[in-house]
Amino acid sequence: MNREELLKQLYDDTLVGNAPSVLELTNEGLAMDLGPEELLFEALIPSLEEVGARFERGDFFVPEMLVAGKAMAGALEILRPLLAETGAETMGTFVMGTVKGDVHDIGKNLVNIMLEGAGFHVIDLGVQVAPEKFIAAIEEHKPDIVGFSAFLTTTMPMFKANINALEKAGLRDEVIVMVGGAPVTQEYADAVGADGYAADASAAVAKAKDLLARRRAAAHA
Amino acid sequence: MQTILRSASKEVVIGGDNPFCIIGERINPTGRKAFQEQLKLGDISRLEVDVAQQVAGGAMVLDVNMGAPLVDEVGLMSRAVEMIQDLTDLPLCIDSSVIEALEAGLSAYEGKALVNSVTAEDERMDAILPLVADHGAAIIMLPNDETEIPEDPRRRLELVDKCVEVAHGRFGIPMEDIVIDPLAMPVGADTSLVRKTLETIGLVRERYGLNMTLGASNVSFGMPDRHALGAAFLPMAALAGLTSAIMDARSPQIVRAAKAADLFLDHDPWGGAWIATHRATQAAAGSG
Repeated sequence: MNREELLKQLYDDTLVGNAPSVLELTNEGLAMDLGPEELLFEALIPSLEEVGARFERGDFFVPEMLVAGKAMAGALEILRPLLAETGAETMGTFVMGTVKGDVHDIGKNLVNIMLEGAGFHVIDLGVQVAPEKFIAAIEEHKPDIVGFSAFLTTTMPMFKANINALEKAGLRDEVIVMVGGAPVTQEYADAVGADGYAADASAAVAKAKDLLARRRAAAHA
Repeated sequence: MQTILRSASKEVVIGGDNPFCIIGERINPTGRKAFQEQLKLGDISRLEVDVAQQVAGGAMVLDVNMGAPLVDEVGLMSRAVEMIQDLTDLPLCIDSSVIEALEAGLSAYEGKALVNSVTAEDERMDAILPLVADHGAAIIMLPNDETEIPEDPRRRLELVDKCVEVAHGRFGIPMEDIVIDPLAMPVGADTSLVRKTLETIGLVRERYGLNMTLGASNVSFGMPDRHALGAAFLPMAALAGLTSAIMDARSPQIVRAAKAADLFLDHDPWGGAWIATHRATQAAAGSG
């Protein structure tokens, strides 16, 4: 297998979520001197973007998205230390949690898998995360983005409480705030002063990348 | 165990040898953008269509949920309950996570409602169960608490123990008015989840024989051919001991599956209901 064939095969196997083969091809690629960045940006990430596109079109379904995300995450475990060595910029760090008063986590976990698949370093704080806990995690991990998840109309107001806590801690401008969950809408996200909202896991990844790109462009301008 | 629900003029019984109780899920703005916009303006005229479609589809009880971001849920609930009672004589299931909205719905309702729902969290039970007891309503109880939504069916059963202990033992709600929601989860997120729900149903039936209901549409979330999945799930759950579901009553495929389950589980003597529906469908097709 030459380099082009390997990258093509890695792309194809990630798309269908063949985790063992994705691992094998990643190791094989490294052995034949493909750089970790080539594997990531020329096979893995485009493949996961295609998964997202198919999901958006209704051609892919939740389990397919999950297995592809997990296959990709396996490869990333091998690549992440290598990428760190080469000083390559990772996609970004994402602190995620379900808000206080809410124990729902299935949707949040889906988003985590897709974010990891897209190359984000995800720190999941779990469920019932109080504002102080978000603050502490943001201070510790210095993430690019923090995500608040809520499944109930009664727990959605915690978005605002969390954002207020960020402001009070002087951290609001340090981090992009994304919100999501079944009852959440764009309008509600705007009303509480979040930076971004997405309706599903695939859209969340696209939104996270978009927000981050804007933030970085603004920082360099 | 029989849970009796009433409107001003009609009684519906869940459990015993009665047919599987189809609770229509549609009066709910979650995921309905246009409906949410109307509710924000205080416009509840859409309910007319939602009620008519579900009644025509075979709903026996209607769930009423007015929970959406940036709406006056309490005011909407009370108006919706009043309006729906003018449109249909089906009993209602008052559905909200906002305690004041439950209160408003129960106050506007004439009859014995089902309340959806309370978790096994102490604070929630302390707030909601007195309300349920005061109004003589029936209550859907969920086996999750302030720390987790357990996956393990045995852990869910422990939380059902807690629900029964508090609702019946402490607040004096009759056992037959406790309806357990064994927690339906999306099979697409993890293919072991629906089995666990089915196991929970079996455990609750074995220990308590309580009536049970769940959000049947949850199981097919994120999957194609959702109606086919719903139609396959319901009879399995009914066999395990599920006696009701909050479901898409507008889907003939799912509703017929529930009716077939009634027939196979001997809740439709001589297949009378099954045959009558067939004949009515034929007649409607002939006249159309």
